[in-house]
Amino acid sequence: MWKKFSLALLLCLFVPYLGMSNSFLFEIFIQIGIFAVLALGLNVVVGLAGLLDLGFMAFFAVGAYTWAIFSSPQITSIFPSIAPFSGIWFYAFLPLAMLFAIGLGCLVGLPSLRLRGDYLAIVTLGFGEMIRVLANNLDHPLNITNGPQGITPVQQPPVTWIVDWLSIPHALATSLFFYFFILVLIGIIIVINLHLKHSRFGRAWMAIRENELAAQAMGISLARTKLLAFITGASFSGLMGAVYAAKQTFISPESFTLLQSIMILCMVILGGAGSIAGAIVGAIVITLLNIEILPALTEHLSAITHIDFSEYQRLIFGVILVSMMIFRPQGLIARKNHV
Amino acid sequence: MWNIFLELLPNVILGGLILGFIYALIAVGYTLVYGVLQLINFSHSEIFMIGAVAGIETMRGLQNTPLPGLIQLLLALIIGALIAASVAVIVERCAYRPLRKRGSKNRLIPLITAIGVSFILQDLVKLIESVWHQEFFITFPSLVDLNTAYQLPLNMHIQLKSIIMMIIAIIMGLVLYYIIHRTRLGYSIRAVAQNPQSAQLMGISPDNVIAKTFALGGAMGGIAGVLFALQYNTVNPYIGFMPGIKAFTAAVLGGIGSVPGALLGGVILGQLETLAGTYLPLFTHGDIGTEYKDMIAFLILILILLFKPQGLLGKNHVEKI
Repeated sequence: MWKKFSLALLLCLFVPYLGMSNSFLFEIFIQIGIFAVLALGLNVVVGLAGLLDLGFMAFFAVGAYTWAIFSSPQITSIFPSIAPFSGIWFYAFLPLAMLFAIGLGCLVGLPSLRLRGDYLAIVTLGFGEMIRVLANNLDHPLNITNGPQGITPVQQPPVTWIVDWLSIPHALATSLFFYFFILVLIGIIIVINLHLKHSRFGRAWMAIRENELAAQAMGISLARTKLLAFITGASFSGLMGAVYAAKQTFISPESFTLLQSIMILCMVILGGAGSIAGAIVGAIVITLLNIEILPALTEHLSAITHIDFSEYQRLIFGVILVSMMIFRPQGLIARKNHV
Repeated sequence: MWNIFLELLPNVILGGLILGFIYALIAVGYTLVYGVLQLINFSHSEIFMIGAVAGIETMRGLQNTPLPGLIQLLLALIIGALIAASVAVIVERCAYRPLRKRGSKNRLIPLITAIGVSFILQDLVKLIESVWHQEFFITFPSLVDLNTAYQLPLNMHIQLKSIIMMIIAIIMGLVLYYIIHRTRLGYSIRAVAQNPQSAQLMGISPDNVIAKTFALGGAMGGIAGVLFALQYNTVNPYIGFMPGIKAFTAAVLGGIGSVPGALLGGVILGQLETLAGTYLPLFTHGDIGTEYKDMIAFLILILILLFKPQGLLGKNHVEKI
């Protein structure tokens, strides 16, 4: 365990060394990191508690819009007396983004979690669409989200101390900052995942996943325990949303589609629901597939077939989901079964 | 304000009825499959889309033939229904049956499979259309004789195609009612829905009945698709999603598992959505636009789940060991 862990850490520390010379590679690793945190968050919901959350990206959007609105000129158009918050406030808004996501999670979860599991899937799916509709249309009568144009520029947390310290260019310092920031988040969420798994709640979640009736008979309050799992996932998603908004400095409703939610689900399922290593492997494989493999495939095959393969992500995610469910439902790295 | 309201009302109700019939026909597919398998067949919205695409392709193929418009439309309906039903059966055979045979009790597995199937079907249709026509937004050929508009009392306008659409939808509803309540197939579907083991002991093959249920639901979805294309003229591989999720809401509203409930839920939802889409902008002076009509279905879904999860015509179902 510790041997594997230190090896992984060593590999992670090696990345910035590569990234110094190749910024594209660095970008890919940061993307993988963001998706790894999201996959680990969804893993709590889908893997541990066995709840299907198809609106995961909606919470991400809530977090992203929270920071984006307050740190860009957008806030001045809503409340003319308030000036945009500066980058240092980013850290204060992270918990706020989580809180908003948790509040919305309660709102969506409470009615649907009292019922059989598959209702949650449909309700979260509808909720995801609703958030997108709101983000697209809340530019009138009061301009809150700036509609389809999106919000820019979103403030980034200050990195001048890295620039001064290592005397490197600003762009590189930003990448370096986000890389390590996300790495720390991954570490935190892994620890939380591990601890939750063996806590009272984690055991209750796994009991619910395996058999709701039996779990209820053992005195577990279904609705409350499920809600806790649901909002745990939502809070991670909201947190990462704020980080994502700061990293991209631009967000628009198009970043938060059902396709994105399904992509995160694919990462969890492909890697193995309930397994921490699985979620990370899933995030790596699918992010590479999206950023590297599909464009490359398109480039090679477009001369012969005239088909843009990068437009067929749905097909690929669909095939991954269906074939995993039929042939290997436990995923690439199966969880160790404690129940 | 109120005289505008009253002036618009008859046409709005008519439009809601048309939309409601489409939702009702799709909702039947969800409710039938849910009845026999307790599965939310997520891919049903894509069966609807395939019906719409097949219908349009047929119409385009027949465009320059001397056949009268009505016959062309009937052929499109039949082909749309057949193709949609076959795709539904293929999906059941290739994706859901292997899962059933493994006998896993985990309900997430079929649901995730259904989502995967839905994504595959969307992009397969897109791929086929892109290779075939170099584009995947396809439009319905305009049939001049179907667009004739009639003036009804109360300032109502109705196009011939809308009349045909409503007649077909009502006929399909009646046919469905007959199949479910008066035929051998209907008896066996209801038997399997009630208790698959007992049904098997009575000499009914559940696999066979499940396949036929998918075919029946798929055919209804396909017909709804062709009617949708006829009404709204343009179709792309992604049109299934919204009507699909609304039809599911309709099925839940009516009481999932109940066929009359699905029909009723569809009509109610169609009305509510059209009313909201027309009158929200009117009463808020455009502050809340028509775009928000998509949220109505979702709000209704949340409200039913909160207050009456068994739906209007559904039975309260208690899970037992």
